[in-house]
Amino acid sequence: MSAETAQNARGSGGASLFSDQRFRSLFFQALVIGLLGAFLVFIVFNTAHNIEKRGIQTGFAFLDTAAGYDIAISPFMEYTATHTHGRVFLVGLLNTLMVSFLGIIAATFLGVFLGVLRLSPNWLVSRVVYWYVEFTRNVPLLLQILLWYAIFLGLPAVKQSISLFNDTVILNKRGLIVPEPLPGDGFMLVPIALAIAVVASIFFARWARKTQAATGKIYPVFMTNTALIIGLPLLAFAVTGFPLDFAYAELKGFNFKGGVVIKPEFTALWFALSLYTAAFISETVRAGIQSVSHGQTEASEALGLRPSWTMRLIVLPQALRVIIPPMTSQYLNLTKNSSLAVAIGYPDIVQSFGGVTLNQTGQAIEVIFITMLVYLTISLLISAFMNWYNNRVSLVER
Amino acid sequence: MKFGKVLFAAAAATAMTTAAQAGTLDDIKARGELQCGVATPLPGFAAPNAENVWEGLDVDVCRAVAAAVFGDPMKVKITPTTSKERFTVLQSGEIDMLARNTTWTLSRDVNLGFEFVGVNYYDGQGFLVNKSLGVSSATELDGASVCVQTGTTTELNLADYFRAQGMKYETVPVATAEEGAKVYDEGRCDVYTTDASGLYSLRSTLSAPDEQIVLPEIISKEPLGPLVRHGDQQWGDIARWTLNAMIIAEELGITSANIDEMASSTNPSVLRLIGAEGNMGEQLGLDAKWAYNVVKNVGNYGESFKRNLTDTLNIERGINAQWKDGGLLYAPPMR
Repeated sequence: MSAETAQNARGSGGASLFSDQRFRSLFFQALVIGLLGAFLVFIVFNTAHNIEKRGIQTGFAFLDTAAGYDIAISPFMEYTATHTHGRVFLVGLLNTLMVSFLGIIAATFLGVFLGVLRLSPNWLVSRVVYWYVEFTRNVPLLLQILLWYAIFLGLPAVKQSISLFNDTVILNKRGLIVPEPLPGDGFMLVPIALAIAVVASIFFARWARKTQAATGKIYPVFMTNTALIIGLPLLAFAVTGFPLDFAYAELKGFNFKGGVVIKPEFTALWFALSLYTAAFISETVRAGIQSVSHGQTEASEALGLRPSWTMRLIVLPQALRVIIPPMTSQYLNLTKNSSLAVAIGYPDIVQSFGGVTLNQTGQAIEVIFITMLVYLTISLLISAFMNWYNNRVSLVER
Repeated sequence: MKFGKVLFAAAAATAMTTAAQAGTLDDIKARGELQCGVATPLPGFAAPNAENVWEGLDVDVCRAVAAAVFGDPMKVKITPTTSKERFTVLQSGEIDMLARNTTWTLSRDVNLGFEFVGVNYYDGQGFLVNKSLGVSSATELDGASVCVQTGTTTELNLADYFRAQGMKYETVPVATAEEGAKVYDEGRCDVYTTDASGLYSLRSTLSAPDEQIVLPEIISKEPLGPLVRHGDQQWGDIARWTLNAMIIAEELGITSANIDEMASSTNPSVLRLIGAEGNMGEQLGLDAKWAYNVVKNVGNYGESFKRNLTDTLNIERGINAQWKDGGLLYAPPMR
């Protein structure tokens, strides 16, 4: 398109047209788009041609064939070797989501905590956090994952397991084994009670805020809601007669049977991801808090607000504006970094679907394409959520 | 949108020209070296020695092909590949052939677009356990944790075997044999499973090799062999007949030490192999002394086996003996 346009333009307007800035910018934009398009077309054709030439089969039919291999960790759905590669995809996806989600939660709490500690007037505390942050964020994540894995593999062997809490919790190099909860009749009432308590506390908080705005009277919202959320489910649990049993692990043959096993591959990855990302988050939080001018705190104190209110009502809302956007990047990083799972054999989507399935079926392009799409989707969803939240907390200018 | 069409056609044309393969042999000759994929260090099959020169049974196949093409076994660039990446590397043309204790299966031969050119080691999958566990048979492995290299036929056989036996196990996937040895040594798993040859090789790298035993059960057929990309028959033939030449040389009693005396032989098979009779080299597009170069520089199959496996890892010939000695090695006649 660009070449033609240039030709026509020159024909009608002469050489002077090229010195027109508007025409020139259009011309170069068209040129860039044209070249990019040509490059994409080239890639697609070249790939298609090579696939055909080498007799590689293509298509997505492999998703319906039996996978034939086992996956060590599948907490959310049943999986055996007879299930399909499509199922492997789901198992891998859920494992990725699980470690990313838990990683984001842990990294956020730890990061905020460390960020606040870093600002502590206590020299020792702030120095310790400083060294923690500098060490953690300057050592490659892969090494940290391997380090944690090595640490967990350094735990005692199965026969010499550490027993905790009267043999109910067992720790060895094959994982942490906790009792498996077996809910009995009427246990469903407990989550229902919890849901009711959560809804009720939201309403109470709203009502308290309205009342305060109208009358100035302040209710102990936090205490009441905590009591509600903990108390109501406990009450339901007691009323139904404690319908919860536990299956405890027992050493049988090579391994412990029964109980829930939290494997070292998962724990190592989760620890490393959380600790690594927390270091970055803590710096973000520190910067956010420091960005709020000290005059704000002083003004708040002058008005007679309590220190906790000063933090919650004055400093934090202003700090969040600065904190949220870089926080989004950290969440995205954590999610994508979870693909390093492959180094220690945690069956996330890259290790299981993107690795073993790719190798067993040989459908590299399809598998990589799907895997990339997964990360893209997860990342865009996180971004969308964080942008929504950012809009909520951002400064509203009047 | 005329320009779009032109662009489209131009791109298509470029694609054709870049992808259209000149013969692999011509490419290799033009490059001056063979590119050969092998295992990430697996002692006996492919591992660098103290001088950082790669050696092993699989590496010998690479060197033999280089000797057949160039007359020089060192004109080969060795690329270590993991079990996961090996096929992609070959498909994409980064290497010319793969000699990486790879099991010949239907789907790899057909679906992945490869051509297996023969078998250089008849293997079968076995289990390695620590003696202290007191296990003497694979049928006693119910509930064990098993280390297995991902993306291998081993992983599939393992699942099949335990399912058929009605036993449960915990799979501990590892990416390379080296990593597997480390994790097994740490005690993350009770059992390590791979091809029996690999188990002997792995055992030699463990901290206490004498404490480990290989269980008697062999649960699968694993014919390991070199492979090339499908579609270039000439190149496939060269790889196939280089391997055959090594096997035939042993059968005929030709070794790297005595091959120069063979010129005076009266056996036509020997004369054909050393290029004194017939036009085997010409048929393959190679020098008449191609097989001579292979045996002279790399040795026959038996020499390679002894040097790499028997002397260092104590692996017996077993079913990898010549057919005359009751083994499975049976190369088609070279005539």
